[in-house]
Amino acid sequence: MKVGVLALQGAVTEHIRSIELAGAEAVTVKKIEELADVQGLIIPGGESTTIGKLMRKYGFIEAIRNFSENGNPIFGTCAGLIVLAERIEGQDEAHLALMDITVARNAFGRQRESFETDLGVKGIDEPVRAVFIRAPLITNVGNEVEVLSTYQDEIVTARQGHLLVSSYHPELTDDYRLHQYFVDMIRAHNASIS
Amino acid sequence: METGTSRVKRGMAEMQKGGVIMDVMNAEQAKIAEAAGATAVMALERVPSDIRAAGGVARMADPTIVEEVMKVVSIPVMAKARIGHFVEAKVLESLGVDYLDESEVLTPADEVFHIDKWDFTVPFVCGAKDLGEALRRIGEGASMIRTKGEPGTGNIVEAVRHMRHINGQIRKVQNMSKDELYAEAKNLGVAHDLLLEVQQLGKLPVVNFAAGGVATPADAALMMHLGADGVFVGSGIFKSEYPEKFARAIVEATTHFRDYKLIAEVSKNLGAPMKGIEISSLKPSERMSDRGW
Repeated sequence: MKVGVLALQGAVTEHIRSIELAGAEAVTVKKIEELADVQGLIIPGGESTTIGKLMRKYGFIEAIRNFSENGNPIFGTCAGLIVLAERIEGQDEAHLALMDITVARNAFGRQRESFETDLGVKGIDEPVRAVFIRAPLITNVGNEVEVLSTYQDEIVTARQGHLLVSSYHPELTDDYRLHQYFVDMIRAHNASIS
Repeated sequence: METGTSRVKRGMAEMQKGGVIMDVMNAEQAKIAEAAGATAVMALERVPSDIRAAGGVARMADPTIVEEVMKVVSIPVMAKARIGHFVEAKVLESLGVDYLDESEVLTPADEVFHIDKWDFTVPFVCGAKDLGEALRRIGEGASMIRTKGEPGTGNIVEAVRHMRHINGQIRKVQNMSKDELYAEAKNLGVAHDLLLEVQQLGKLPVVNFAAGGVATPADAALMMHLGADGVFVGSGIFKSEYPEKFARAIVEATTHFRDYKLIAEVSKNLGAPMKGIEISSLKPSERMSDRGW
């Protein structure tokens, strides 16, 4: 099993390390053809405006939508969450628009308001250390979306079938349990189609 | 809940990786940079080449410019304070700037002490010519390093020299025995535990960007090949003939730095890049990379 990390911009190597800690192989995806070799995709943290622009420029919008249509799991952290959302507050246009959520960008404020905290996540026993950096929030979810955790009553982790998102950066810590959770999603999907 | 931890500050720089941070002098330029795909903008009163031309003392930007830029873009906004000028840095932090650059582009305010960067919630980036400088800045609390290069020259040679030098020093450190490492810490004038960390990681413990002379898409790609995590472009964009095109081309060349056909494609019909300066024509007093220690 191979997990791809979209490598247009952002914290790519950290996700590769976390996936490897979770016992799977991880590769970078810079060109759409490379999606054919992976069974799951991580869209990392970075700047969502930059990642969104480069995705459009290089045909990733269509390619990732097709990848998703086949049921392949996708995990978006921070900017990746924004890129997956159907609705972005204050913007007319979304990017991939795959997940039935509304997001607010930079919802906690500027960098001086960025923080880390312990966060309980449904499906993971002990709290995870969650690093929020100019993080987005999920302000609204559709019926198909399961909320996995909230911070001060705001939604920060969610899942919709094969799509997983977090406002924070699990890849910035040594705790790979959320990546393990994602790898298990891919294993389950692979088992269902074989 | 904790703000301003090392993880939060260094993590912010990790999110900039593979990206291009562009110098802007007003709201209009900031919007152009954001639309072209910049991962952050550096709000300045003058770009380095203009600072060179103007001479005199270069200081922190007028807060009006910084606020104006913060208002119009959703990407992070950085700003520069003079080396050692912790009040300029505190003022910029109070405005809500996302990242501070203690920068040799401005005239140093202190010839002995750099800013104690641990004393800030907002992270700092600092320039370095060699491993010693990089680790001294990290020891003072910098969360991101960039090469000094020679700002405002449009000449990549100094940034190349600094990046190659730092990487060469890291490789040397990786092969050192325990006792050699103690001696090397003394030679470099750095804390032993930081040098040990470099030995174990095989790289700096923070993100390392290229800066100081990046003028073309190929320059940006060259620095990425040499191991830069991303690039700063100062005068290169808004001193070129068509800034918008130039900015987009540099962003794409940075992402796809191994795809030479693509770099050729984005380099077509870009118009004139900024006018460059041969380094040997600079007087020693004009060399910004010699500021700081």
